[in-house]
Order: sequence, then C-alpha cells, then structure tokens
Amino acid sequence: MPAEKTTAATSTAMSSEQSAEKSTATAERAESFGRRLTGLARRWEGLIVVLLVAVTLWATLAVDGFANASNVSFLLLDTTEIAIMALTMTMVIVAAEIDLSVASTLGLCCAVLGALWHANLPIEAIMPICLLVGAACGAVNGLLVTRLGLPSLAVTIGTFALYRGLAYVILGDRAVADLPPAYTGLATQALGPIPVATLLVAVLAAAAAVVLHATGLGRSIYALGANEEAAFFAGVRVKRIKFWLFVASGVFAALASLGYTFRYASARADNGMGLELAVVAAVLLGGVSIFGGRGGLPGVLAAVLLLGVVRNALILADVANEVLNFVTGLLLVASVLAPNLGAVWRRRLSHRTVRLEGDTSR
Amino acid sequence: MSGPETLLGGAGEPAAGASAGTGAGAGAGRAPAPGPAAGGRRLVERVARVRELGIVVALAALFGVTGAVNPSFLGLDSLRDILLNSSIIAMLAVGQTLVVVTRNVDLSVSSVVGLTAFGGAVVLADTGVPIPVVIVGCVLAGALCGAVNGLLVGVAKVPALVATLGTLYAFRGIDFAVAGGRQVNAADMPESFLSLGSASVLGLPLLALVALVVLLAVGWMLGNLPWGRELYAIGSNPDAAVLAGIQVRRRVLAAFVLNGALAGLAGVMWAARFGTVDATVATGKELDVIAAVVVGGVAIFGGSGTVYGAALGALLLSSITSALAVLRVDALAQTAINGALIITAIVLDRVLALRVAAALRRRRYRDAR
Repeated sequence: MPAEKTTAATSTAMSSEQSAEKSTATAERAESFGRRLTGLARRWEGLIVVLLVAVTLWATLAVDGFANASNVSFLLLDTTEIAIMALTMTMVIVAAEIDLSVASTLGLCCAVLGALWHANLPIEAIMPICLLVGAACGAVNGLLVTRLGLPSLAVTIGTFALYRGLAYVILGDRAVADLPPAYTGLATQALGPIPVATLLVAVLAAAAAVVLHATGLGRSIYALGANEEAAFFAGVRVKRIKFWLFVASGVFAALASLGYTFRYASARADNGMGLELAVVAAVLLGGVSIFGGRGGLPGVLAAVLLLGVVRNALILADVANEVLNFVTGLLLVASVLAPNLGAVWRRRLSHRTVRLEGDTSR
Repeated sequence: MSGPETLLGGAGEPAAGASAGTGAGAGAGRAPAPGPAAGGRRLVERVARVRELGIVVALAALFGVTGAVNPSFLGLDSLRDILLNSSIIAMLAVGQTLVVVTRNVDLSVSSVVGLTAFGGAVVLADTGVPIPVVIVGCVLAGALCGAVNGLLVGVAKVPALVATLGTLYAFRGIDFAVAGGRQVNAADMPESFLSLGSASVLGLPLLALVALVVLLAVGWMLGNLPWGRELYAIGSNPDAAVLAGIQVRRRVLAAFVLNGALAGLAGVMWAARFGTVDATVATGKELDVIAAVVVGGVAIFGGSGTVYGAALGALLLSSITSALAVLRVDALAQTAINGALIITAIVLDRVLALRVAAALRRRRYRDAR
C-alpha cells in the first residue's frame, strides 16, 4: 500500500513541475480520492463501529422490543462465548495460523463437565479440570503445528472432528441438566442491563487487549504473523509463541464452555456446534487479515457486537435462523471482498494518474 | 501473493510438490544432472504408490478383521451397500481433489449438495419436467455455485477458506429460504427416478458406476491433459505457475466450477438414493469429504495427490462406518475415528515427506561426489 501511495505522490509531484495546471488538478483530485479510499480501508475498524452504531440505531427505531433492558441483556449474553473465543482466535489469526477446533474443544469440555458432574464430583473441582482439558486440546494442536510443521488448517480440521467425537464418546447423546443452581443462576444474572458474564468477558478482553497491543509479546505475535522468517531472525521465539497461542485458544474455549453449559443449564456433547464459524467470521469481519500480521481487538469486539445485534434484531423481526446464517455468510465474504476490491480500485486510480502524467509530458 | 503459503503454514516442501511428478514441479529445471533427478523421481513415485497402497492395506485389514468377526460383512449385499454408501462421498472427494491440488479448499460442497438435492426433488415432485432435464439442471446449478466460489477465490482473491466458509452459510441459507421447512418424501417423486438410486447394472449399483466413471474421467484428465497438469503446477507453486504462463485465474475458476458441477450431480444422486429430502440434507458432510481427501493422500497445501487416492479414502471411511455397525461399536465413536484418521494421515504424510527429502539430499550428495 505505501508503495502505491508513493507512486501516486511522485507522479503528482512530477506532473506539477512539468504540466499544465488543469491536469495537475485532475491528478490531485484523483490522488486525494485514492488517499481517502486508503484511509477508509485503514480505518476498517472505524467502519465496523459506524456500522454497529447504525444497525443499533435502526434496530432501536424499527424493531419492536429491541431497546429494552431484558433484550439488551439477552443480546450481550448471547455473544459471551463467541466473544471469549474471538479474543484468542484474533491472536491466532494475527499469528497467521487458524484454529477451527475451538467449538469442538468447547463441546469436549462440556461433555467432560457433564460426565464428571454425573459422577458426583464437586463443581469447584470440575471447572479446573475442564480448563486443563481445554489446555490439553490446545497443546495437541500446538505440538502438531510447531513440532511437525503441519498446516494449522489441516490439523485443526482433524482435531475439529476428533474432539467432537471424543465428546460423543464421553457423554454419548445424553444431556446432563441438573447443574448447581448457584452457577446456572450466576451465568444469567444481570446488574441492570449488563450481565455478570459480560463483565467477565470485558475483563478478559481488557487483559487480551493489553497483551496483544501493549506488550512485547503482542508485538512479537504481529511480527511473526507478518513475516515468520524475519521475526525468527529478529529473535522472536516463533514456535514457542505459536504453541502457547494454541494452548490459550484451548483454555479460552474451555472458559467459553463453562459459560455455555451454565447459561443453558445443560451439558451436551453437541454444545456449541458450528460456533467456530461464527468466531472466525467475527474475527475476519473485525478487520483481522487471514494472512496474519494485521488487525486488532477493538475491531473484533465491535464485529462480535455487530453480528450479535444483527442476529438479535433479525430474530425479533421474525426472520428464520437460516437466513441469519445467510447474512453471516454474506458479511464474512463482504468483509474480505470489500478491502480487496478497494485495493484493485486504488491500483486502477494510481494507474490512471500515471497515464495522465504520461499524457502531459508528451 | 505469498498469502496462501502463509495461511497453510508454508508446508509446501519440495517433496510434496514433486511427489505427483508434475512437469512444472518445484526445482525440476534446476536438477544438477538427469541421473539423480530421475532417480529421485523414481523414489518419490515409489513413496506415492506406497501411500495409496497403505489405504488398500488398511481396507484389507478392516475387511479381514470385520469379516472374521461377522462373515456376513463380506456378503454380496453388504459389499453392495458399502459401495453405494461411499459412492456419493467418493464423487465429492474427486471434485474436492481438483480444488485442493490448486492449494485451495471448498467447504461449501455440502451446502451445494443440499441445495441441488432439494431443488431437484421439488421440481420432480411438483412439475412434470423429464428426469434427464432435472439432472442436467442440478449439475448446472451446482456449476453455478462453483462459479461463485471460483470467482471469489480466483478473481477477487478472497482466500478459499474464507470465501467457501461464507458460501457454506449462504448456499444453505438459500436452501432454507427455498424449502421453508418443507420436506419432499419418496412418495412425491416419480418411481422411475427413485429406481435410479437402487438400480443395478451388471450386478453393480448404478450410482457406484456413475461415481466410477466420474473417477476415471477426472483421473485421466488430471493425469494426462495439460489442463490437469497445470492444476498441480498451480498448487505446487502459484508464483512459478504465473511465471510459467499458466492462466491461474481461469484454471482455479474451472476447478471450482467442475467441483460444483460434481456436487450438483451428487445432490441428484442423494435425492434418488434417500428419497426423503429436506433443507438440512448433507449438513456437515464437507468435513467427511475433506477427511476422505486428506486420508487419501492429497496434500492439503496443494500440488500433490490423486483422485484415486481420494476415492479410496472415501471408500475406507464409509467402510469403517459400516464395520463399526457390524462390530456393534457405538456409532458415536465414528466422528472421533474420522478425526484420528485425518491426523494420522497428515502426520504420516509429513513424516514420509521429510524422509523423502532427506533421502533425496543424501542421494544428491552421493552423486555429486
């Protein structure tokens, strides 16, 4: 992107020296338009926030029952698990990897929780075990990716099936529903319109944002995502960081599983089926590049909320669940397509500037 | 342009690129002398053959053990059933291979199958359109879906994973919008159409024969036509393919369109075989297909693997399903076994690739002395 900008800039500089004023003005206009577009693409996160505000406003005005405390609380609760998993997914994708097994890890942790609770273990002992199971799932992914150098896409498609399958093996198609009311109550409790779970998510998000955006580790994640080899030669411990990112992804999926189980007061092996797509969709929509090295948590959190608001508003407007999936799919494609088309357009514009300059120098 | 490599972990080792013996394979032009290169190719080919042989051995072991426990598993009816069960997934795996060798992936196939299965069934149930027209229509509809994917990936440069994840949702959404909760039952469809699903020719199920014809045709195209070799070249090294003058966009688009068309055909087959069709048909099957492809030795990072391997992979996976039922193992274990198989297959491939690379290095060193 900077290279194109310089081309445009030098071409204007040259044309202003050599040519008639009229074409200079045209070129400058083209250039400023190009710059505005660049700015737009760079402020993708800003765009998502604007979109979020616009959709929220539209829903408040046009959708019955959207803007009341219980619905807002429900909306926020509904984004809990996606938000938690999106935090680590952002880091994993920024590091130019992907983890498609998060929802299966969530399912496995739910199954473990259900089975252990069924075996009369105290819930306070079960929860750390769930986190450990999540960490182990992440560690398996991390080891396969870093030690054997396998592509994370293939590995996590495999563990996607494996972990979900293990969940079925452990819990079968039973549902464990007699969970302790203290925890199921806490999971849906709200302080005003803000659920307790959302406050916990906010704390986690703040911690993740500090790690990713304000520490050396965070910079290393961006560096290795942008160019792994360069990062390695700059002294970043590429493999170690990637390994721990996958472990973190597993632990956060386990955290999400606790939220999911208590919120629905039901531990089942098929809990959270398909959530990984929603998580990846939110992260990409939030402006994180699938190629790594770009994007940030503010945009991702805005995207999680945006998808949550759209979903909630459409449900209230009696739109079928499957249409929601259609909208999610379109948003996902659009989120990658729009910057790409923008880049093509910019290239066209800078070509035109060069052509204009060629015309005048003749 | 380095995007796909980063996404897929940059695991495109030379061995992976060369194992299919591609003409434009990485480094083929830089081999020091014809001797070691030819020797290396022989070695690589031997390993590739071992790879497909491995699946055959696994299949034989599976049939041996299950047959020993329950001889009826090896009966004619049981074998016919396994063939029928695997033919749809095998066909999808053949199509998926086309896309995967170009270093892309198509997650939306299951939605395309769902869409065409339901669309075809509704047309057959509600109107008097002749069956061949419906079949052609479904294939074309599938090709259109594939074209959408191909345009997004090949022309708009959206990463295949993202694009087809989006269309996975989108096509399924269209399916639901069309269906609106409706279910087409076997009784609604013409008898002659349903009989296609159970018909036999020369003792073989018709659907399995269709899958076999598709397999042989696509296998021949990939192996012998310049068009097919170029798909491997693109997958081995996209940048080199561009420099070699291959029309990457057009080829990637074609691979997606062909895959979509095969998914459309699989949709009709699904409707004919199962008779009862609603909007949820084939949900989640994309992972079975990818599992079959990966287990069949097609490298997920492109450039290597054959449709025969992919079809064998599909056969192995559905045989396991049938065997589990015969052995009275809980069907719920199937998902876990699939996952474990995928992991085993990619780990095995990786270890083999490293071994081959090391052997090639040793040989080059020895020949250089």
